Amino acid sequence: MGLENNLFDSLPDVVTVKLDAIVNWARKSSLWPATFGLACCAIEMMNTVSARNDLSRFGAETFRASPRQADVMIVSGRVSRKMAPVLRRIYDQMPEPKWVISMGACATSGGVFDNYAIVQGVDKIVPVDVYVPGCPPRPEMLVHAIMMLQDKIMKESVKDRRDTYEPESRVSMVPGTLPVTEGTALETEMESEVLAGETSRPYSVPSKHERRRSS
Amino acid sequence: MTEKLHGYVENLKTKNAAWVESVVESHGEVTVFVPRESILDICRFLTAEHGFDMLADLCGVDRGPEEEPRFEVNYHLFSTIHYSRLRLKVLLSDDDPHVPTLTRLWKTANWHERETYDLFGIIFDGHPDLRRILLPSDFDGHALRKDYPLRGYEPYSLN
Repeated sequence: MGLENNLFDSLPDVVTVKLDAIVNWARKSSLWPATFGLACCAIEMMNTVSARNDLSRFGAETFRASPRQADVMIVSGRVSRKMAPVLRRIYDQMPEPKWVISMGACATSGGVFDNYAIVQGVDKIVPVDVYVPGCPPRPEMLVHAIMMLQDKIMKESVKDRRDTYEPESRVSMVPGTLPVTEGTALETEMESEVLAGETSRPYSVPSKHERRRSS
Repeated sequence: MTEKLHGYVENLKTKNAAWVESVVESHGEVTVFVPRESILDICRFLTAEHGFDMLADLCGVDRGPEEEPRFEVNYHLFSTIHYSRLRLKVLLSDDDPHVPTLTRLWKTANWHERETYDLFGIIFDGHPDLRRILLPSDFDGHALRKDYPLRGYEPYSLN
């Protein structure tokens, strides 16, 4: 009907291509965001997928309510200290490949909320790929951020994105914030290490994902 | 407008003169300063005899570290029968911020008292479950005290 007719005429039956190129192209063309609407930025995020701005033009319109089905987490809004371990747990529940967009001034740096209650930048908890400034950013800026992320994805190597098993993170990257492990075996394990003096609270054990990023 | 409320306060006085330390009227509202050890008895009396059957709010006040007494606990009573409001105040010093709980009288006092404990460090004696309710469980200090630094204590302030 359209392009493929001409393609079949003009291209050979077999095409060789770099694996990275074809896999990354597939990945960037169907980014499924996980909604993490925390504050007013979430309103702009909703607007981004609605008819006027139509994020589906870039393949990223399928917002999933479950982190298990999502590729990119859009953190839109201020992250409170009490929300931080929850956000981290949801990030850990997302399968590889996964990316994070920090939307708005509050998620990026704490914004105007320079106080004890708000995490001063979501990058203290999860690795961030694209930061979007603004208070709140316009939907066009979020669309641009998605496009920047797509450019970034095209430069990645598939080998870096293997989904390896790692136990759910007990990491608290924010000082003083305990992860959501209350009542689990992990808590017992870590608390006994604290008692033995081998580690101290807050536990800070970066996940494999973060270790790879920093190396 | 406040004659009816003053009538309740007079009844409190006749019941037990020690229950009313002082009475303040402002903007058509009546505030009664009461001793902390009899707060439960006073509320029981007002509920049973005068129809103040609802605890509309319970909150703490920090007047500042240099003030004595430093803390207040405010009880906002409301009557769903005759639609009037009465405010009770308990004054607490910095070194002994204890006050008896009202959870036996009103279930709603449970979370309100937890919040007041969380943010002001006021201890409600006899409370069934006095844990933090808003701040993280490992939080250091009480955030709404006047001498609490805006960015928090270390390591919170490191962020």
